[in-house]
Amino acid sequence: MKKSIVLLGFFVVITISSCGQKTDNEINTPLETNFTAELIVSDLQIPWGMEFLPDGGMLITEKSGELFLFKDDQKTLIENTPEVYYRGQGGLMDIQLHPDYSNNGWIYLSYASEEGADKGGNTAIARAKLSGNSLTDLEVLYKATPNTTKGQHFGSRIEFDTNGYLYFTIGERGERDINPQDITRDGGKVYRLHDDGRIPSDNPFVNESGAKAAIFTYGNRNPQGMVRHPETGAIWIHEHGPRGGDEINIVESGVNYGWPVITYGINYSGTTITDKTEMEGMAQPIHYWVPSIAPSGMEFVTSDRYPGWKGNLLVGSLSFQYLERLELNGNSVTYREKLMEDIGRVRNVKQGLDGYLYVAVEGKGIYRLMPNS
Amino acid sequence: MKSFVFGYLICVAALTLSLQQDKELTESIQRGSAIYSDFCVTCHMEKGEGVMYTFPPLAKSDYLANNREASIRGVKYGQRGEITVNGVVYDNTMMPLGLEDQEIADVMNFVMNSWGNSQEKPVTTEEVAQTGRR
Repeated sequence: MKKSIVLLGFFVVITISSCGQKTDNEINTPLETNFTAELIVSDLQIPWGMEFLPDGGMLITEKSGELFLFKDDQKTLIENTPEVYYRGQGGLMDIQLHPDYSNNGWIYLSYASEEGADKGGNTAIARAKLSGNSLTDLEVLYKATPNTTKGQHFGSRIEFDTNGYLYFTIGERGERDINPQDITRDGGKVYRLHDDGRIPSDNPFVNESGAKAAIFTYGNRNPQGMVRHPETGAIWIHEHGPRGGDEINIVESGVNYGWPVITYGINYSGTTITDKTEMEGMAQPIHYWVPSIAPSGMEFVTSDRYPGWKGNLLVGSLSFQYLERLELNGNSVTYREKLMEDIGRVRNVKQGLDGYLYVAVEGKGIYRLMPNS
Repeated sequence: MKSFVFGYLICVAALTLSLQQDKELTESIQRGSAIYSDFCVTCHMEKGEGVMYTFPPLAKSDYLANNREASIRGVKYGQRGEITVNGVVYDNTMMPLGLEDQEIADVMNFVMNSWGNSQEKPVTTEEVAQTGRR
């Protein structure tokens, strides 16, 4: 009992101290919602990534390393997928189609890989084509180094911008004091490449000696959500904070997002990481969560199927096990709402080509949100 | 005289063995602590308190105390479905973490000797290796 009073006191303090940000940081729970969640793909363990094919099929990655094609109510295992390093938070992660997929057939994958000499693994980005029930033409475009047996923070999401640049995220691999602030090292970064893996000549650090030229931003912790804004075309990410301090950031060339020098979070043990939440030369998030919701997956609603939701941002919560809907005014969060309460660990959310929203939940499968008529 | 020397040697041997085991256990617990903060802490929390109804507690856990083999199996192969821990029903999924057998033994020893838990017999790498899927 005593413990729970202390805990309650802690949350009160956290809540009060988190009112510093201008946006509304309170979550609202609607009395009723105008949709029904239908489980359309069942028997999945950790459905990490999903992507929609023009022919109506859906590609689904399982963290354990399997890639499935779901079509006509059938789930087919795709063969010849890359070998994944399955440990801790690592495994087969995101999947993303090339913007011109209908013409070139490229499918991009992110996964933890043991490639290289050292023991352990690190995040890799590859592309391949789907031929029948098998991947072909697999090309590794990027492999972070060094390998490590640490279980944390592989990232990773993949997204394309309107100019066809490929963006992906790699978390700091459990080395917060070594990787995120050092542009000569992988981890704790957002990267940008051409679609074939070449490094764009206008990447921010191409002329810095020793720097990893693929880096686009640094000072990130572990981004597991990334999406292109439907109107501005900007790339938005969210990233896990430690205990408290999950963030939404808009990715801009060469920007330092501050981890672990500035953060709104504290250590899991309750001790502080830094007393600074802002500093010259480091970007502020456009939104932060205290306490942490453990965000994974991110999508803007652009379809007209859900009255009042167009332009809203959706984010999955792993720790609190719901789908969060955020209303925005420009770059400010004006309202937060809890959907699908207690559904399970929400790993991903995406809008299908049919305009419906699809939500991937660990231990359950993939739900389609059907608006109530 | 002979029996005295023999008895003495037995005592010394037993003491040495037990000190050696203590040292091994201490080292295993230390390694297990590092594994815990790498792989477990985000769900089971810093003091093993877990999150009520979502992630079962490891601290003073009756499930852990009474289900040694099932606990090892859960860490090794993953845990799925309903379990009751300290009177609360949990129905969730923990995926296998990709740990090596020795790492599983280490983290089990850490957990089973922390936050009010105690155990008679340390978990060994061999014991983990012999734990099958069921």
